[in-house]
Amino acid sequence: MMVLLKQRWDALLESAWLVPLLLVIGFGLAFAIPEYHLLSVYIQLILMYIGINIILATSLNLVNGYMGEFSLAHAGFMAVGAYTSVLLTMKVFPVADFPFLFPCAVLIGGLVAALLGMIVAIPSFKVRGDYLAIITLAFLMIVKSMIENIDAIGGPRGMSGIMKLTTLPWVFFWATTLLWMIRNFIYSKYGRGVLAIREDEIASDLMSVNTQQVKFFAFMLSSFCAGIAGALFAHLLQFISPRIFDITKSTDILIMVYLGGIASIGGSILGATIFTVLLEILRPSTMAALLSWLPPFIFTPLNDYVISHLGIWRMVIMPLILILVMLYWPRGIMGLREFRGFIPRRDKQVHPHNFLHEATNNDNSDRQ
Amino acid sequence: MSEGIIYWLQQALNALQLGSIYALIALGYTMVYGILTMINFAHGDVFMIGAFFCFLLSSTLNLTFVPTLLLTMIGTAILGVLIERLAYKPLRQAPRVSAIITALGVGMFLENFTLALAPYPKHIPMLLENVTWNFYGITLSSIQLVIISLSLGLMLLLDYIVQRTTIGMAMRAISWDKTFVPLMGIPVDFIISITFAIGAGLAGAAGTMYALAYPVIDPYMGIMVGWKAFICAVVGGIGNIRGAMAGAFILGTVEIMVVAFFPSTFRDFVAFTLLMVLIMVRPYGILGKPRIQKV
Repeated sequence: MMVLLKQRWDALLESAWLVPLLLVIGFGLAFAIPEYHLLSVYIQLILMYIGINIILATSLNLVNGYMGEFSLAHAGFMAVGAYTSVLLTMKVFPVADFPFLFPCAVLIGGLVAALLGMIVAIPSFKVRGDYLAIITLAFLMIVKSMIENIDAIGGPRGMSGIMKLTTLPWVFFWATTLLWMIRNFIYSKYGRGVLAIREDEIASDLMSVNTQQVKFFAFMLSSFCAGIAGALFAHLLQFISPRIFDITKSTDILIMVYLGGIASIGGSILGATIFTVLLEILRPSTMAALLSWLPPFIFTPLNDYVISHLGIWRMVIMPLILILVMLYWPRGIMGLREFRGFIPRRDKQVHPHNFLHEATNNDNSDRQ
Repeated sequence: MSEGIIYWLQQALNALQLGSIYALIALGYTMVYGILTMINFAHGDVFMIGAFFCFLLSSTLNLTFVPTLLLTMIGTAILGVLIERLAYKPLRQAPRVSAIITALGVGMFLENFTLALAPYPKHIPMLLENVTWNFYGITLSSIQLVIISLSLGLMLLLDYIVQRTTIGMAMRAISWDKTFVPLMGIPVDFIISITFAIGAGLAGAAGTMYALAYPVIDPYMGIMVGWKAFICAVVGGIGNIRGAMAGAFILGTVEIMVVAFFPSTFRDFVAFTLLMVLIMVRPYGILGKPRIQKV
């Protein structure tokens, strides 16, 4: 019986119409939920944040997981996408009259972020490892401090009064499209190059991988996705300021990537979902609502001492989770593994990610 | 003396004060990198904890300057060793990225933990009587004098420890080769702990001095100062102790010059642009040696 079920399950996963079916169901739900109020507004908001965070985590995983570099600049690309699209929707496009211009604004935000991605891609031809991490950090700080110094876009005060244009169907559309792009990139010729660069850059260069081209595409795709996520984020939050796109934002995305596991799209999806939901559960009001079924003699003291102070302590708990994951579970949930649905049929037999985790630790720690 | 020269000398003095605080923090970054080839991103927050130790000791125990400084240094040194033992030591064989992320996590933990305990910015009581002297129009305050002379003294002490003592010799040996040094009977774990203790102790001293010069402290103050000190370490060639000192005084001078000519909000912009350009042109820093990648 179990064997039969397993076979049915495998056949279901192998079938060609699974992905289109899931897409149709997903799109249907994404339209139906806001239309017929199937879920509360709060849960819809969380779903949209999950979608945006999935885009962010997967695109950062492309650079940090698959390519084995360490980029801290993701919040900077987000900021570029957010500010570009907000300027377009507020100052240039008459979006209030023509709502279909919103995806154009998001797309342009992503393209501008991709252009700036070149600024990080070009030094990466020469510089690797820790020094590239420093360049990405410097890029983030430069973007932030430039925004702070341009008074026309609000300077350190930021911009408010942004229209709420991000809706659940849009988030679903962009998340699936970008996931599809990243997945196809990873299983393409360039994706093989990305993996080869992670294992050994010099060797892959000798094996006729065009490392510069591969890095160029990887960084640009990653920053493009971050720009689009930033644009969606800005039109969801309705307020942006340089403070939002801080190093802590980059660290949040890093937590999602490494919690989910490197070099795994499925892991990034899980990591982003778990991180977002956990952050919401640790809110005092949500926690109080979740635990209100407890008998009052337990709930009342708990609420007085723990839950009401959770707002501050959750920012202590999150980094602690990150440290514990790194110490006791360095591969994360799905490190170097993948959902079968994401692997192309031709690759089912030869899974490209069956390297040892230690293999990513190629030693560029040369002596001083 | 003419007005111009006096102005420049005054700015040079300010640059020296800023540079010596940066130098003390940059030394911690560079020593840990030299030994473990790991960027200790939590170091800026150890500096912040140092300032908070200084606040606790001076406001609740009413200690004077010297015991406050010494106890702060001891406190942060213990904190540094604790961080190394609990968070970094288990990851010594792990991929390098794990250690970097753990360091970021430790930094965030320290910031938010302090924020949870001390939600509002704190004012440090006056630890030193502020006397100012005037030499031909150049103003020198006693706080400036203490900061500059104390940090120069600590740097000379560190240079002596690293170049002349057995422990320093062991440190240099570990940074040279990690495979054979344990075979020579050098206790690697102990030396690494000592390195973290010295680095964190210097950061504690820097925290105390920063609190003297800028008496309002908050839990996030370590982030920017920490990154700036890190730039100093990279500018001088990370892993190189004398380079970190040189880099700190260079960055201090650049920042003071930027503030003298441009609006002060351009300070971070110029500092990080300098870092980016320098890494692209000369990644091994001013005093570092180029690293040859072997196949």
